[in-house]
Amino acid sequence: MIALIVQNAWTQLRRDRAAQILAFVVPIAFFSIFAIIFGGGGNRMNGTSRVAVAVVDEEGSERSRALVEALKGDSALRVITTRAVRAGENAPLEPLTRATAEQMVKNGDVPVALVLPAGVGASIGSFNAAGAKALVLHDPSDPVAGRTVGGLLQRAALRAAATGGGVLGGQARDADEMMPLRFESHAVLGEKRGSPMVAFYAAGIAVMFIMFSAAGAGGALIEETESGTLERVLTTGLGMTGLLLGKWIYLTTLACAQVAVMFVWGMLVFKLPLLEHLAGFIVMTVCTSAAAAAFGLVLATLSRTRQQLSGLANLIVLSLNALGGSMFPRFLMSDALQRVSLIGFNAWALDGYIKVFWRGAPLSALAPQVGAILGFTVLFLVLARRLARRWEAA
Amino acid sequence: MAVLEIKDARKSFGSTRALDGLSFALGEGELLGLLGPNGAGKTTLIRAIAGRVRLNGGTILLHGHTLEPEKPRRDLGVVPQENALYPLLSARENLETFGKLNGIDGKHLRERIAWALEWSGLADRATSLVRTFSGGMKRRLNLACGVLHEPKLVLLDEPTVGVDPQSRESIYDMLGALRARGTSLLLTTHYLEEAEARCERIVVIDHGRAVAAGTLVELVAQAGLTGRRVRLSLDRPATKAPAGFALGEDAGTLTASITDVAHELPGLLARVQAEGLAVRDLEVRTASLQAVFLKLTGKELRE
Repeated sequence: MIALIVQNAWTQLRRDRAAQILAFVVPIAFFSIFAIIFGGGGNRMNGTSRVAVAVVDEEGSERSRALVEALKGDSALRVITTRAVRAGENAPLEPLTRATAEQMVKNGDVPVALVLPAGVGASIGSFNAAGAKALVLHDPSDPVAGRTVGGLLQRAALRAAATGGGVLGGQARDADEMMPLRFESHAVLGEKRGSPMVAFYAAGIAVMFIMFSAAGAGGALIEETESGTLERVLTTGLGMTGLLLGKWIYLTTLACAQVAVMFVWGMLVFKLPLLEHLAGFIVMTVCTSAAAAAFGLVLATLSRTRQQLSGLANLIVLSLNALGGSMFPRFLMSDALQRVSLIGFNAWALDGYIKVFWRGAPLSALAPQVGAILGFTVLFLVLARRLARRWEAA
Repeated sequence: MAVLEIKDARKSFGSTRALDGLSFALGEGELLGLLGPNGAGKTTLIRAIAGRVRLNGGTILLHGHTLEPEKPRRDLGVVPQENALYPLLSARENLETFGKLNGIDGKHLRERIAWALEWSGLADRATSLVRTFSGGMKRRLNLACGVLHEPKLVLLDEPTVGVDPQSRESIYDMLGALRARGTSLLLTTHYLEEAEARCERIVVIDHGRAVAAGTLVELVAQAGLTGRRVRLSLDRPATKAPAGFALGEDAGTLTASITDVAHELPGLLARVQAEGLAVRDLEVRTASLQAVFLKLTGKELRE
């Protein structure tokens, strides 16, 4: 009898393709995605991806240039010393200044900038505590880049000292003076914030949660199909487009409310500076909620049953969020993976929230993110409408 | 003029012909029963009238106007087989929802909801959530949601399936009240007794076509079952059936078919007495709809 139960269960599984995919394909897909992101070559934590650093040589001496060259020669760094004067491929380049390099960090273009002030050349390899210091300007939302550059700076300084004919001289007195080039490190963002990563995780969790929530709530369409209310509603003058728009508006407002509750909680308990960035928060939350709602409708219209919807939502939402940076910051991923992750609207949403809460960016700076998210929203709505044709008159 | 006319309706799903030249008409205030085995095309027809199925051929006319798929049908009410209600809304909220979707609002809607709650016997449960309702209450509300906007024609797909006899009776009382106001009703049912007892006319469909249509008497005539069925209950089981009778399964009943009651019945009763049997009860009936259906379609309705 027990064998019969076992045989019966296997027979049913063999005939249920969706269950087979959930049982065997989904785990492989998850494993592969997480392996790419957290494993070989996907992220910078394992040292296989280069840290972008803006370098400003204010001294311009032979020794400081040798230091810059040594930095450029380091395989762990991608050194940027110039920027285009204006937009366009053939625009002339100009050397970075302290101000432009700092702005690049603030904009999130690079996680760290290195400034070599006048007098630093003499300090390279001198072990002189009183000498000029290099300046490391870092974005504290990237906990790795600043420290990496600080460490690699020492290696480059030693190389520069050797190639530049400098003398490794003086008598070292303490550990601080053992460094070939002393530096000061400054965070250019978030100095006033008590818990700098709270904003990042609030956004990350909120985006992931509303995607799950929208997919689940969108499943009401499937329940309405089964209960007959969908059929009944479609016999009235409403029509499928009206029905989907109604569902989308509901899901959008629900997602807005969910994100608002989460951020208010973050403000009250974790000192998230919500009121300080209210306008940006509202813009990002409305756009992200609209996209998540439309995304939920796509999943719901794609699925025939609640079980299918659940499996599909788990696979797609978790994958997109692993890739989009909800679980692991995108700025710690490799450049290639960062580019790939932009296939999900959630990556754009997280970028937008980080711009608002971390970089204090003005509303105009959100244009790329808002544009991309709204583009995704329209795409999802069109797709959901097409998929919903199966419920229309046959 | 007919309220509803189905003319040569054709619909195929792949190689399956769900409707194959079906035609019939429904008059004002009439209750027409649509009878057919599973897969006969009843639900496809109901969905086509409701605008949820596009015909491959033929026309459907409501008050003489051709119905186009997916266009609003204000004169039409649809009562689906499932209790298509929102379980987490109250009876009143469900009525409000379907009322507004069917184009009524404001004071008129409030008046119609008051009427519908009274009509369905749910006035005292107006604010209760539908998920707390019994099956019969849901059925009545399901019906009320379909007629709230005062349609001239109501399509009812198995309106009494799965409800107890008392609720079934109250549903037919509700339908009677609708007909008294001039509403035409088209219903599908599996319950032959209901169709026999409640419908003025019956259309029997099979394989997507009407195989017969008319009153029960007309259907009996069309099926060639003009005789009467005699059924006798005996005071004790019989050992053998008298001439002209068949013995019932429990041996306590005898059945026979006759064409002329006045002339043949006395002779039958005399034969029973001659066998020493006493008659406890006697029933003479025309052929049942079950027999008509079997004759016309070659299958039992519940196949």
